[in-house]
Amino acid sequence: MSILLDKNTRVIVQGFTGKIGSFHADDMKRYGTNVVGGVTPGKGGQTHLGMPVFNTVKGAVQETGADASIVFVPPPFAADSIMEAADAGIRLCVCITDGIPSQDMIRVKRYMRRYRFEDRMTLIGPNCAGMITPGEALMGIMPGSIYLPGRIGIVGRSGTLGYEAASQMKALGIGVSTSVGIGGDPVNGSSFKDMLELFEQDPNTDAVLMIGEIGGPQEAEAALWARDHMKKPLVAYIAGLSAPKGRRMGHAGAIISAFGESAQEKVEILKGAGVTIVPTPSSFGETVVEVLSTMNKAA
Amino acid sequence: MDIHEYQAKELLSRYHIHIPRGGLAYSPEQAAYRAREVGGDRWVVKAQIHSGARGKAGGVKLCSSDHEIVEAADSMLGRTLVTHQTGPQGKLVSRLYVEEAMDIEREIYIGFVLDRKSERIMIVASSSGGMEIEEIAEAEPDSIIRATVDPGVGMQDFQAREIAFGLGIDNALIGRATQTLLGCYRAFVDFDASMLEINPLVVTRSGDLVALDAKMSFDENALFRRPHISEMRDKSQEDPRETFASDRGLSYVGLDGNIGCIINGAGLAMATMDMIKIAGGEPANFLDIGGGASPERVAKSFRAVLRDKNVETILVNIFAGINRCDWVAEGVIKALREVGVPVPLIVRLSGTNMEEGRRILAESGENIIIAETLAEAADKAVGAWRSYTASKAV
Repeated sequence: MSILLDKNTRVIVQGFTGKIGSFHADDMKRYGTNVVGGVTPGKGGQTHLGMPVFNTVKGAVQETGADASIVFVPPPFAADSIMEAADAGIRLCVCITDGIPSQDMIRVKRYMRRYRFEDRMTLIGPNCAGMITPGEALMGIMPGSIYLPGRIGIVGRSGTLGYEAASQMKALGIGVSTSVGIGGDPVNGSSFKDMLELFEQDPNTDAVLMIGEIGGPQEAEAALWARDHMKKPLVAYIAGLSAPKGRRMGHAGAIISAFGESAQEKVEILKGAGVTIVPTPSSFGETVVEVLSTMNKAA
Repeated sequence: MDIHEYQAKELLSRYHIHIPRGGLAYSPEQAAYRAREVGGDRWVVKAQIHSGARGKAGGVKLCSSDHEIVEAADSMLGRTLVTHQTGPQGKLVSRLYVEEAMDIEREIYIGFVLDRKSERIMIVASSSGGMEIEEIAEAEPDSIIRATVDPGVGMQDFQAREIAFGLGIDNALIGRATQTLLGCYRAFVDFDASMLEINPLVVTRSGDLVALDAKMSFDENALFRRPHISEMRDKSQEDPRETFASDRGLSYVGLDGNIGCIINGAGLAMATMDMIKIAGGEPANFLDIGGGASPERVAKSFRAVLRDKNVETILVNIFAGINRCDWVAEGVIKALREVGVPVPLIVRLSGTNMEEGRRILAESGENIIIAETLAEAADKAVGAWRSYTASKAV
């Protein structure tokens, strides 16, 4: 399989009966995702979109055997929903919600550490578009049609910029093993490095495209890890070349507040670690093609 | 969200942090009256703007008579102060804070931030106060003490004590310093701050520890549960273009260029701005229209972008995921007819139903330049901007 998600993953939707939860539950199911039910406290026992509704995540896990959850709960309550999933034994949680307070996320991260590493839930997001294993399953809000099944892993912060990259690749006939949006918040579940580690071990991924942006240390951390531990080629783009220092560019985490956090500085760090840089956001496709052809020549 | 010095000091004093006696003034007469209320024989008149480095710009003045206070207040009120943090447009002074002057023995720096690497609240302290933390990091890197707080248990007394001793504070003041640091941590957590800085924290000749200046910023995602913090927002300190957009629920950042941008998604917005720069232009703004891109939101976005009088071309770049390009196209045309766009307009639609969307734009009879790829959109925008400015110059 690809990473984290395939057609056998049993998915529940937290915030299931709301407008957004309903829309995307239906969309994910139509893509082929194995959606088995959902959670809305107080509506347990009802049937929604032909699937059972539960009051608690524990109840949903017991009845459906779910091992993954996607969170569409509004920001004031989303951190609580993530912790509930972690405590119910969910293995993979994707949180789409944008606008969770940073201190709530600090608490979530601290809470997740109460479980041993091998029992710990993988959290993707928040403030992300989710993830997709093309041709198998979708846990997110992205349009499934722009992804071709294939052997390139994608990990990025942004939703629509990830769509741009995937559709450029599709236009050149290049497919994706799994695409993961780790989200635009300063404190998030999985980092770029966490995803690179999984892609490096995945037999169905040949190379990885990383789409970063200004703010925070994660791209640099990932690049240094890749330099020392990664055998597969890594291609990267950093958005925000024209972003001024100290201004928040939409994403809560997209702000240059320290040395090494601007696009130019990150590109230098990545180049220094031997990462191939995508020079402009219109050349995702062609840069990946070049890297693949170099790989094939070498092989 | 930022607040003024006097507001930060008021919040911190609730946590038993000592601050100089002082009062707020909106006129020179009020400033003189405040000084009399405060008492003493020397006062500092401080311009209240959302920026540091006010002293060098003439926004902080030491006075020792009524006359001097009135004069200082007169010179600041209504003036626009330019510091290296405000940008060239500066910030308007409409409030003053009048404080008793302190006899300073030494100056210390303390700051609290969210450290993204450890994903915890970090305390940064230095015995070289008075300078900005960037300058301290440059000039006296060894003087900087850092500690992070376990969110499960909060900041511990010993952590505050270690920092206080590390700063070389006298034994007699260690208790006060510990109280100050723990108070800051509690205020940071209780108000969902994103940054808290006391610079300088001063040791006075009379043996007290006083916050001479204070700065706080807040996590905008947490304002839903902090209405009393929202109340402290001062729109006069914001870029009016940004206030207009944020009041309409748009994520907007004003910049200095001429090509206005309307884009869905923060990452794609930054990438499109990068592409404009690569094509030889300068973006006028960052604007993320969000997921919906309904005709109403598109119209609001055009209004927000056009409020900036430097805008000479507009580039719309929408990647339709959940929504459909034909709906977005109809929204663009409706907005165009409602708002009226007097500058060249380039639209690039991609994603679901993009052919249909492009056809609707092309057949609308409106003067819209259509682009298929990101590179083409940026090239056409810069090209249209060049011919527009050339035709204006004639």
